[in-house]
Amino acid sequence: MKKDIILAGVGGQGILSIAASIGLAAVEAGLFLKQAEVHGMSQRGGDVQSNLRLSDKEIASDLIPYGKADMILSVEPMESLRYLPWLANDGWLVTNSTAFQNIPNYPDKDELMAEIKKLPKHIIIDADFIAKELGSARSANMVVLGAATPFLDIDYKYFEYAIRKLFGSKGDKVVQLNLDALIAGEEFARNFVK
Amino acid sequence: MQKMLLLGDEAIAQAAIDAGLSGIFAYPGTPSTEINEYVQASGQAKEQNIVSVWSANEKTAMEAALGVSYVGKRSMTCMKHVGLNVAADAFVNSAMTGANGGLLVVSADDPSMHSSQNEQDSRFYGKFAMMPTLEPSNQQEAYDMVFYGFELSEKLQTPVLLRITTRLAHSRAGVVRKAVRSQNEIRLPSDPKQFILLPAIARGRYKGLLKNQERFLEESEHAGFNTYFDGEDKTLGIIASGIAYNYLLENYPDQKVPHPVLKINQYPVPRTMLAKLESECGRILVLEEGAPMIEELLNGYLSKNLNITGRLDGTVPRDGELNPNIVARALGLADSTGKEVPAIVMGRPPSLCVGCAHIDAYNALNEALADFSKGRVFSDIGCYTLGALAPFNAINTCVDMGASITMAKGAADVGYTPAVAVIGDSTFTHSGMTGLLDAVNDNSNILVIIADNSTTGMTGGQKSAALGKVESICIGLGVSEDHIKVIKPLKKNHEENVKIILEELNYNGVSVVIPRRECIQTLNKRMRAKAKIKDLETNQN
Repeated sequence: MKKDIILAGVGGQGILSIAASIGLAAVEAGLFLKQAEVHGMSQRGGDVQSNLRLSDKEIASDLIPYGKADMILSVEPMESLRYLPWLANDGWLVTNSTAFQNIPNYPDKDELMAEIKKLPKHIIIDADFIAKELGSARSANMVVLGAATPFLDIDYKYFEYAIRKLFGSKGDKVVQLNLDALIAGEEFARNFVK
Repeated sequence: MQKMLLLGDEAIAQAAIDAGLSGIFAYPGTPSTEINEYVQASGQAKEQNIVSVWSANEKTAMEAALGVSYVGKRSMTCMKHVGLNVAADAFVNSAMTGANGGLLVVSADDPSMHSSQNEQDSRFYGKFAMMPTLEPSNQQEAYDMVFYGFELSEKLQTPVLLRITTRLAHSRAGVVRKAVRSQNEIRLPSDPKQFILLPAIARGRYKGLLKNQERFLEESEHAGFNTYFDGEDKTLGIIASGIAYNYLLENYPDQKVPHPVLKINQYPVPRTMLAKLESECGRILVLEEGAPMIEELLNGYLSKNLNITGRLDGTVPRDGELNPNIVARALGLADSTGKEVPAIVMGRPPSLCVGCAHIDAYNALNEALADFSKGRVFSDIGCYTLGALAPFNAINTCVDMGASITMAKGAADVGYTPAVAVIGDSTFTHSGMTGLLDAVNDNSNILVIIADNSTTGMTGGQKSAALGKVESICIGLGVSEDHIKVIKPLKKNHEENVKIILEELNYNGVSVVIPRRECIQTLNKRMRAKAKIKDLETNQN
């Protein structure tokens, strides 16, 4: 088993909480993991990515080679497309549809969606809307993660474990909100591919 | 022992805590910052009473660490690669004094300049100072090397340089810990003159250092961090240093390389292993994350050995960090590609945060300077360097920590006035104060803007050594109190701020304007922490 994932977003959007969740799930599932992050200057509102590699064998490189990623998981639609050079031909693109517009020349949203839809395997999810409906706008990232879980070859229970572990110190209410967000994303993705 | 999921930086910090560290001194700098942050957040470090400090700059950090070593305890100092330039005086001379308690100097290089102004390779500093250097290729090695580094430092009485790069520092992997070792007791050097570098003593120390090189090489050949892997296909032999080794393995199924491979993680470079590779293989490919240091060594200045390939002959690009694809091409293997980035994807450069005080400061400065010719703002290293980008286009230089004040002074002294320096509060106490003293002593006609957000912002909000001290430092250095103005950078104060800046621009001498408002990131962090405490209190009631 091998899953190479590019996590994408804008600095400050919190892609590292998604990375931490997948990381905890993978380690609990007994997998090897390497995860390269971006810290420093580019975190200030610029594009950020993280290379997350999971495998049942020891992993060599911290970076994913071009054309080899099994998934791009993005919390922002334009950012999901920036990493297409890394995506394998049969790879999944899972992205939030809510745009983060902090540049004057942000592209037209319909054109953006049309580009994403060109990919044979994609999930577009309005995670911000779903999270708000659940009464927890801050859980949008866990909705996006939930939408990716059906394609990661890791038993769902490990993601639940990760969320309990990650948010445990913040109390049962926060844990439950994030578990709800996760399953909402998961259900959306299953229906989306039907 | 339990396995922890750690960044390379965190693995180094955890190892130091486990290996009997007594004190760590650092100045924040990407990609090294997380080492000291981890120690500061560690409950285990608190229990063990480990001293963990953000120093004013890398030089003071290096010297404090050397002081710990002098009294026989284990210490660590951490910095980014350009920070080692600042600490260089202390660093190079520490090889002369040698160590007493184990001393590790961590320098984190940033090839491809993700967050830096150059991509210098710290291994040259190790060679220059003639100090043993370690270069881990993964997080577990980073952890293990800290233990080994301290032992080596105490055994051979030398500081040890631990060189890492961005991809190791900021990549997470599972790490197995070792048993915790207790701290050393205070024990002064057996030779009371060891640390006195008077010429007569220094000459003796230098002979000792030269003699020690053989032992450093001996360690490098036999300690186990340099490894020779034999391979059947000897048409090519490969040298892979540090993290380059991972990209090499990535390119072969089941990580089985058919060629002989020399994996280098410790310096001085292992001579007998190199000789073996050179004699057995037809051609040699050198893969190094950073500059072609080993390659140059093997190649010689006249490039007589045409069988050595790497960054110098273009087999590997001369600049930038490595990746699996670059290494695939260098090996002549099939390269992988994906789809192109669609044309509608726009660049998203980093920018000042919404609500950042620097925005208001730059707006005021730009308006105050509107009637002067362009090109007179000398800036510095920090978030405010983003003032170089649109819509501000407010600064004209960014070179090194503190260079804003001194470059403005140089320009003003030869007649280019008004000259303006823009520097942050933490950068000011790092390396700006001495330059300001120069300007005061020469009555240079400069305006210094000390953009005070009360933190070290760019690296994530570490404590600024300048906190609460900026005006008193300026007064102490001799700036006239009449020309030290504190303003609050807010939109509603814009007109007033422009007026104050303009007044000081027109003053013939040293003036300081301090736009002061807390960093929006640290403010938010503080508010969240406060809300959390309130939540806990409400839950308890």
